[in-house]
Amino acid sequence: MSIDLSSTSFRGFRRENGRIGVRNHVIILPVDDLSNAACEAVSNNIKGTMALPHPYGRLQFGADLDLHFRTLIGTGTNPNVAAVVVIGIEEGWTRRVVDGIAASGKPVTGYGIEMHGDHETIMRASRTAREYVQWASELVREEAPLSDLWVSTKCGESDTTSGCGANPTVGNAFDKLYRHGATLVFGETTEITGGEHLVADRCRTPEIRERFMFMFNRYQEIVERHKTSDLSESQPTKGNIAGGLTTIEEKALGNIQKIGRECMVDGVLDKAEAPTGSGLWFMDSSSAAAEMVTLCAASGFVVHFFPTGQGNIIGNPILPNIKICANPRTVRTMSEHVDVDVSGLLRREMTPDDAGDALLDMMLRTANGRLTAAEALGHREFVLTRLYESA
Amino acid sequence: MIDFVVHDEGDSVGVVVVEGVEAGADLTGWIMDQDREIAFRAVSDIPIGHKLAIKPLQAGDTVIKYGVDIGKAVATIALGEHAHVHNIKTKRW
Repeated sequence: MSIDLSSTSFRGFRRENGRIGVRNHVIILPVDDLSNAACEAVSNNIKGTMALPHPYGRLQFGADLDLHFRTLIGTGTNPNVAAVVVIGIEEGWTRRVVDGIAASGKPVTGYGIEMHGDHETIMRASRTAREYVQWASELVREEAPLSDLWVSTKCGESDTTSGCGANPTVGNAFDKLYRHGATLVFGETTEITGGEHLVADRCRTPEIRERFMFMFNRYQEIVERHKTSDLSESQPTKGNIAGGLTTIEEKALGNIQKIGRECMVDGVLDKAEAPTGSGLWFMDSSSAAAEMVTLCAASGFVVHFFPTGQGNIIGNPILPNIKICANPRTVRTMSEHVDVDVSGLLRREMTPDDAGDALLDMMLRTANGRLTAAEALGHREFVLTRLYESA
Repeated sequence: MIDFVVHDEGDSVGVVVVEGVEAGADLTGWIMDQDREIAFRAVSDIPIGHKLAIKPLQAGDTVIKYGVDIGKAVATIALGEHAHVHNIKTKRW
């Protein structure tokens, strides 16, 4: 099997702002922890909607608050979302999130709980959610070129098989997508430690290189400031070490396999920022799986490549995660979590090109509507990145 | 059958890709970048995904994988020996 991407298209939902989504979710989005209960009540009342509970949104300030709003607004704006009901404890910040999402042109309505209470808020929000979900259920997919597809990647519970199997598979697919004008992103800033010079050398211009090194060094300073050891129980993780990864440098070199051999880094994003053009972007981000994938969703990516070795089971509420695994033991013991088995690579039964094409085939099937393992299993990890303490 | 893989012929270590490797086992390795095979005898039990040394290493020596520095040996590591956190450490942090 070989995929000719030059004539390949997919079928997605074209949104008001021109972006193409591959899912059609109506989400009930809490501004803060206090509003989770009302959001979950609405999603229980109105079938086909989904609440996105999270633990934050109170007393945050400065850059941390900006990131909170950017993440919520980005999540609502993501083209995998058809319409949004926003609920917050009070009107001000609720309005801020609603206005941010409304800039994309998509249907969005917000409700503040104060002066109404949970009962009345749930009733009002449920009426809107019902209208949205019935409207969304009549939207139809249309043909879109590959250049309209935004694909993110981040690996997790990596082991040495990630570096020789699953991650190079993503790299092969990224090289092919890059040639056809897709928009791509990678990140995991600390997980580049030991290979930062290799990423720096792939930056397209000196300005991009400087911006990348600024982001890299900024994260190193956080590690230096807070570490109590050499981080050898956190990065690599216990799971990485059980899988045979010994040092952060080794993990980083495996990680970097995901950006292939041809892609250049065309731009650098801060957390949850949206790319302004096609090509490969680096996003400063945590290496914790759910945080990074949540940021990719907030940046507007619609399909995610998630290579794993030991078997990370993560999903995201709105961004389908395609799991790629080359570890034959994981494929055997955790098969319900694996979308693309590339263990044949390590037996020399599959070439990197075969593996990359198998992933691209699964990407197209996923974009056209096939549920990923994580979606079918109900994995909806929605984890907001915090920069520091609340006030 | 491939028992372990090596990214580049200059690497100090290879990765075991089969389960149940025991000390004394004769292993076939595949050097991916140069696409050729090598043979080694394991001198330790080595779990799947873990590394074996394919170059002799002394404490302080740089360990090479992917053709790049991945840390330093902190003990003598014999050919075919299990190479992991007990005898290799990061140079960072």
